[in-house]
Amino acid sequence: MASVTIRDVRKAFGNVQIIHGVDIDIADGEFVVLVGPSGCGKSTLLRMLAGLENISAGEILIGDRVVNNVPPKERDIAMVFQNYALYPHMTVADNMAFSMSLRNAPKAEIKERVDKAAKILGLEKLLERFPKQLSGGQRQRVAMGRAIVRDPQVFLFDEPLSNLDAKLRVQMRTEIKELHQRLRTTTVYVTHDQIEAMTMADKIVVMHDGIVEQIGAPLDLYDRPENLFVAGFIGSPAMNFIRGTLGSGGFMAEGGFHLPVGAAPAGSDGKPVVYGLRPEHIRIDSAGVPAEVVVLEPTGSETQVVLRAGGQDIIAVFRERLTAKPGEMIPISPSLPIAHLFDAETGKRLVA
Amino acid sequence: MTDAALPLSRRAPIREITAWDRLKTNRNWLGFWFMVPAAAFLILFLAYPLGLGIWLSFTDTRIGRPGEFIGIENYEWVLGDSKFQDAVFNTLFYTTIASVAKFAIGLYLAILLNHHLPFKAMIRAIVLIPFIVPTVLSAIAFWWIFDPTFSIISWTLKEMGWRTTNINFLGDTWNARWSVIFANVWRGVPFIAITLLAGLQTVPPSLYEAATLDGATRWQMFRYITYPLLTPIIAVVMTFSVLFTFTDFQLIKVLTNGGPAGATELMATMSYNTAILGGKIGEGAAVSTAMIPFLLGAIMISWFGLQRRKWQQGED
Repeated sequence: MASVTIRDVRKAFGNVQIIHGVDIDIADGEFVVLVGPSGCGKSTLLRMLAGLENISAGEILIGDRVVNNVPPKERDIAMVFQNYALYPHMTVADNMAFSMSLRNAPKAEIKERVDKAAKILGLEKLLERFPKQLSGGQRQRVAMGRAIVRDPQVFLFDEPLSNLDAKLRVQMRTEIKELHQRLRTTTVYVTHDQIEAMTMADKIVVMHDGIVEQIGAPLDLYDRPENLFVAGFIGSPAMNFIRGTLGSGGFMAEGGFHLPVGAAPAGSDGKPVVYGLRPEHIRIDSAGVPAEVVVLEPTGSETQVVLRAGGQDIIAVFRERLTAKPGEMIPISPSLPIAHLFDAETGKRLVA
Repeated sequence: MTDAALPLSRRAPIREITAWDRLKTNRNWLGFWFMVPAAAFLILFLAYPLGLGIWLSFTDTRIGRPGEFIGIENYEWVLGDSKFQDAVFNTLFYTTIASVAKFAIGLYLAILLNHHLPFKAMIRAIVLIPFIVPTVLSAIAFWWIFDPTFSIISWTLKEMGWRTTNINFLGDTWNARWSVIFANVWRGVPFIAITLLAGLQTVPPSLYEAATLDGATRWQMFRYITYPLLTPIIAVVMTFSVLFTFTDFQLIKVLTNGGPAGATELMATMSYNTAILGGKIGEGAAVSTAMIPFLLGAIMISWFGLQRRKWQQGED
């Protein structure tokens, strides 16, 4: 096991620079998720870590060794691909044993390692099958088995759950997390799904357009997003952004309603700001802002409501069942004492 | 729907379902008629000539004289004929050497073309040229290349000072054999290269990436990933190649016409020369019928090679 250090890493394809100086420190045994919308450079960064793409500038260290010019097989990493990349003409056992048999490892040792990995993943009965004869989840497990057999310093996962159906994805998510808790191998996991990031990570790296927007523990990102991008990306349904200005009386929305701010940041009077309000942090309060119900979406466990106040759409999620009908007015107010306030120009979080 | 509004009495009386009605709605019957045109073509242009050829081989037909059934007399004659034995040897030699060479060069070209090269599309098009040119035309070109007096190869070697005399390409037994094989390989490589290239492109790049991480060298990637994944397509393309080469006629006819002294006489050219030029249709038919067991053998080998491998099969 080893730590991973990424220092001011850049990547350009020809004249197009797609990663603009990224710094990430990954501690030994940590589960780090790189998350961001497609095209943000997260997969490219992972492939640079694996050695499948070269590094245009900067340094990547595995342990205390700079691996910029180390060929992939000597980096002591194992990768799980989005499409699993199982060798279709080899059985499950041969797929898992491939790296060892290339190294001419003794047969007994190969068998021992493969059996051990198969036991960890519950693949014992499938060892003689071919990939075609497996379900999506089983193939996913074989791909992980192939990584486990290598017993690498770092596991790399490139959107490993994207090809699975929703239910299986949740199940495999748990399995991967459990696997990490058991093996404690440093893991770098790429996904575009913020729920996967939130549920699995020790540390999340939010990327956007080739830069790191924020690094932090899942709940830190949720509680204290540093900018509008992270605020909008983490959390589902996404945070509401209400435009307005900050005054002595608190926040004045463009539509002409007030919202409480708690402690206002110093020297921000009259400043145009964005007020971030998570849907789950809205409550019904007779003294609150009157909002018109536009659409009601009950999911059973909760009710999602699209509201309109002062010409701005606000999504709210209520744990209780609502009897309100579209067109009715309900009074709402934020349920948290501290508001998320962002500078409307820079998008940065304003701190009181 | 309009029917429902009509008074009951005006509806057509319900009649018994006849055998014809059943036939009209039978899908197999319809399918049979869809198959008829194709079947007619195959019967007329493949099965009939094949049957006729086999029948003729059991008769003493000559040009201008319908023959009579003479049993296996033609075969007895053919099998005892040293010219036939030479033709069988020539055909097997020609087919084996040319097929192996075509496979090796074709696979090499396919792998080369599968890499990122500048002007890739143009190079791929150029590779196809030998395949596009009509066989007779390319045979005539090779005839000039191998000409005893005007050969460009002899000329070049002499200009470079490596030789003082012309090479007798088509006049010497072994020179002629290698020369026609060379021409056949030149012509056959594009088909194999392009087909294998298509096969190579179906291998997902992520397999190579996974193999890179697994520590495979380039040779190991070829040996353990590319080659096994390519075997089904290799089996198909090599079957066709062997069949085409074994029955080759045009190239030999134009280049050497079987010469010198029968050194490049293949079974196909011998059959033609015996039946059409020599007028002995029965014997010629026996020679060409004698090719069938060899071709069947080649097909049987590929049949077993072609059987879908276990890893290709779907979920069971």
